[in-house]
Amino acid sequence: MALQFEVLARFNRARASRLTLPHSQCETPLFMPVGTQGTIKGLTSTQLEDIGCQIILGNTYHLALRPGADLIDELGGLHSFMNWPRSLLTDSGGFQMVSLLHLADITEEGVTFQSPVDGKPMLLTPEESIAIQNKIGADIIMALDDVVKTTTTGPRVEEAMHRTLRWIKRCINAHKRPTEQNLFGIVQGGLDPQLRDTCVKGMVALDLPGYAIGGLAGGEEKDSFWRVVAQCTAGLPEDKPRYVMGVGFPLDIVVCSALGADMYDCVYPTRTARFGTALVPEGVLKLKHASMAADFRPLDETCSCMVCKRYTRSYLHSLVTKEAMGSQLVSYHNVAYMMKLSRDLHHSILEGRFPEFVQGFLRKQFPQGDVPEWVCNAMEVAGIDISMCCAPLK
Amino acid sequence: MKLVVRYRCGECRARAGLLYLGNRSHVLETPCLLLCTRKGLPTFIPPDLLPSIHPDALALHASPLHFFDSPSAKTLASAGGLHKLISLPGYTVAAIARDFVCIAEHGSSNKIGASFQTPFGRRTVKPVDYMDVINAMQPDIWASLPDEVPSWVTHKRNKQSVERTLNWLDSCISLKKDGMESGLGCIVGGNSVEERGFCAQEVAKRDVSGFCLSGFGLGESAEERGLLLEAIMKNLPDEKARQISGLDLPEEVLQAVSAGIDVFDSTYPHSLTMSGLAMVFPLDMEECLSGRTSENANDVGSDFTKINLRAVAYRNDTSPILESCRCYTCSKHTKAYINHLLNTHEMLAQTLLDIHNTHHYMNFFQAIRNAIQGGYFADFKAWFASRRQAVNEGILVSSAA
Repeated sequence: MALQFEVLARFNRARASRLTLPHSQCETPLFMPVGTQGTIKGLTSTQLEDIGCQIILGNTYHLALRPGADLIDELGGLHSFMNWPRSLLTDSGGFQMVSLLHLADITEEGVTFQSPVDGKPMLLTPEESIAIQNKIGADIIMALDDVVKTTTTGPRVEEAMHRTLRWIKRCINAHKRPTEQNLFGIVQGGLDPQLRDTCVKGMVALDLPGYAIGGLAGGEEKDSFWRVVAQCTAGLPEDKPRYVMGVGFPLDIVVCSALGADMYDCVYPTRTARFGTALVPEGVLKLKHASMAADFRPLDETCSCMVCKRYTRSYLHSLVTKEAMGSQLVSYHNVAYMMKLSRDLHHSILEGRFPEFVQGFLRKQFPQGDVPEWVCNAMEVAGIDISMCCAPLK
Repeated sequence: MKLVVRYRCGECRARAGLLYLGNRSHVLETPCLLLCTRKGLPTFIPPDLLPSIHPDALALHASPLHFFDSPSAKTLASAGGLHKLISLPGYTVAAIARDFVCIAEHGSSNKIGASFQTPFGRRTVKPVDYMDVINAMQPDIWASLPDEVPSWVTHKRNKQSVERTLNWLDSCISLKKDGMESGLGCIVGGNSVEERGFCAQEVAKRDVSGFCLSGFGLGESAEERGLLLEAIMKNLPDEKARQISGLDLPEEVLQAVSAGIDVFDSTYPHSLTMSGLAMVFPLDMEECLSGRTSENANDVGSDFTKINLRAVAYRNDTSPILESCRCYTCSKHTKAYINHLLNTHEMLAQTLLDIHNTHHYMNFFQAIRNAIQGGYFADFKAWFASRRQAVNEGILVSSAA
C-alpha cells in the first residue's frame, strides 16, 4: 500500500478526508480532471497547479498506443514525461477498448481487439494492463474489469461481475510496484443490488488500498445510479477511499459525496468547455448563445480564477468554438470551477456546515425549487434536509 | 508617440532607439517585434503565461479587421477599448490592418473601400468603418487603411492603389477621434520605385506620427525589396517611426532593419509553430564562431534555423528544444513530450511551441539591438547570411552524422 487515508470529519455518510499519495497530499472529496493523452487539452502543468489540481488521470489505452508504455518507462514514467509533479491515476484501458473499438471481444483471458494502428489482433489481459500501468508509473492504478453497459440486462451482467472478481486477483498477482503504486479494485454488478453486494464483499476481502464504483455514468436512470452508489458506499470500508468513476456533473458529485464517496473523474468539464459551455453555480452557461454577446459580466461572479477576473461573457462568446484561446480560457475556468467545488465540499464537511452547503448549492441550481426527485430521495438516505429547497407539491 | 534614436549603424540606415508611447509606463526598445493576435489575444499563449515569454513581450499587433464581426466596434466601445477587453492594460496595442488572418483581395477592392477575405466572409472595409473600429479600440499605435497590391499587378492598378491609399489616409486622419494620437501613414507603390518614392513623399506631408510600409512580402524578390525600401527611406524624415508588415524570415527582418525600420509585426514564430517546427538558430556570433553551440541540421525538415519536432528522431529525446533557452517550454519540457503532443494532435503542442518560438524571436530582436548599439550590426547581418548560405550549399552538416 502506498497511500494514507485519514477521515478528518463527517456529516452522516459524507466525509472530508486527507489522502496522502506518493506524489502529493490531497483533500477529498475531490475531482480529477482527465488528461487523456498526457495533457489536459490546452492547459499547461503550471496552470493546473495554479488551479489546484492534485490528481490527474491518464488513459492507459491511449498512452500505450502513443507514445507507448515502454517509451514512457524509458523516459522515467509519466510524471517525468509530462512534467507533472503531483499525483497521477491511470485507468486499466478496458473501458476505452470496449467503448472505442467495435470489434472488441471479451473472454476469460482478457479483451481481444483489433489494433487501431495496424489491424492486428491484440489481447489486453489483466497482467498486461497492470504491466503497462507499472511502466507508466501513476500513483493510483486501476484493475482491469469486465465492464458492461449499464443498460445491459441478463446473465451478461453477472458473468462480468464474477469475471471482474477473478481478474482483480490476477491484477494483484501481476502488480510489481505495490509500494509505489496503489491498485484500486472496481466494483461491478450493473444495477442489480445482489450482484453489487457480492462484488463489494469480494473486493473488500482483498484488502486493497482503495475501491472504485464502476459501471455507472453510462446512460442509466439517475434513480438507479444513486442507489447503486449508496449501496456500495455503505458496504465499502470506512477507512479507504471510494472513487466513483466517470462522474461528472457537479450535481452528481454533490449527491455522491453526501452518500459517502470521495473521488471523481470525468471528461465533461473540459469537453463541454470546447463546445462553449461554462460551468457556473446556476448550472451551465451556453456561451455561443446570442444573449451572451452583450453580457458584460464574468462567467461566475463568485469565481476567482484568472478567466473570471479578466474576461466577460461577451468576449468569451466571440472566442468560443472559433478560437483556440476560447477553448483554453473556458477549459481553465471549468477545471477551476470543479476544483472549487471539491474544496467547498471538503471544507463544508470539515467545518460542520455541509447541509448548509448542499442547500445553497441546490437553491442556486434550482431557483424554482424543482429539485429532481432522485436528488430528494438520495438526500433523504444521506440524512440531509433539503425540504427548504424544494417547491411545495401542488 | 515619440521615437528617440540612440544608436546608428555606420554602414547602413539601421538604428536602435526608444519608442515612447502616450500613456504607457513602459518604453519599447527598437527595432522591436509585435506579437500577433487573434481578436486581441495571442493564438495559443494565454494571458497568465504571457509575462513569462520575454521581458520585452509587451506589445501586441491587433488588426482592426478582426473586429467587424464578433466582437464588434460597439462591444469594444462598451468595454472601454481593446486593452480592457483583453484585460492587458499594461500592454502596447498597435492596430494595423495587414495580418495573417484577414487577407487583402486586391481584385475586389474599389475606390470606396478595401476588400478582405476574413473567417467571417468577404468584407469591403471603408475608411469610415475602419475608423469606427480604430476609435473603439483606443490603440496606442494605429495605421491608416491601405490598398495593398501584390508585386505583379499592372502599372495602372498600382497607381490606383497609391491614389486610394492617400485618399483613405486623409479620410482616416479626419475621422480620428479627438484626443487620440495621430496614426502611421501607409505607404504603398508595389514594385515600382517611382510610385514608392512618390507615395512616401506624399504621406510624409500629412499629419502622421510615423509610417507603415505596406504591400511588402507580396511577391517582390529580396533585391527588389532593397531598392523599394531605399526609394521610400530617402523620402522620409529620420525622426519618425517606421513600421513594416509582411516580412517574416530573419533575413527579411535584417534587410528591413538595415533599411531603417523600427517596428515589426512578424508571424514567423507562429508559422513555425503551425508546422510543428521550433526555432533554434544561434544568436550569439561569438559563441557560434568559437564552436560552443551544437548543430543538428540534418534532421528531416530541419536546418540551422529550425527543427521539425514531428521527426521520429525526437521520440525519446529528453533534452529541451534548445539547451541555452530559458523560456517556459525549454525549462519545463522535453522534445520527446512535444513530439508526442504533436503526434496526438494536442493543443498544448502549439502553446508550448508558440512560447518558445516567440521567446526566441524576441531574443533575435534583442541581438539585433545589441549589434546596432555595439556597432557591429553589419557584421552580424553578414554572419547570419553566411550561415544560411552555408546550409544551402551543404557545408554545415549535422554533428550527429
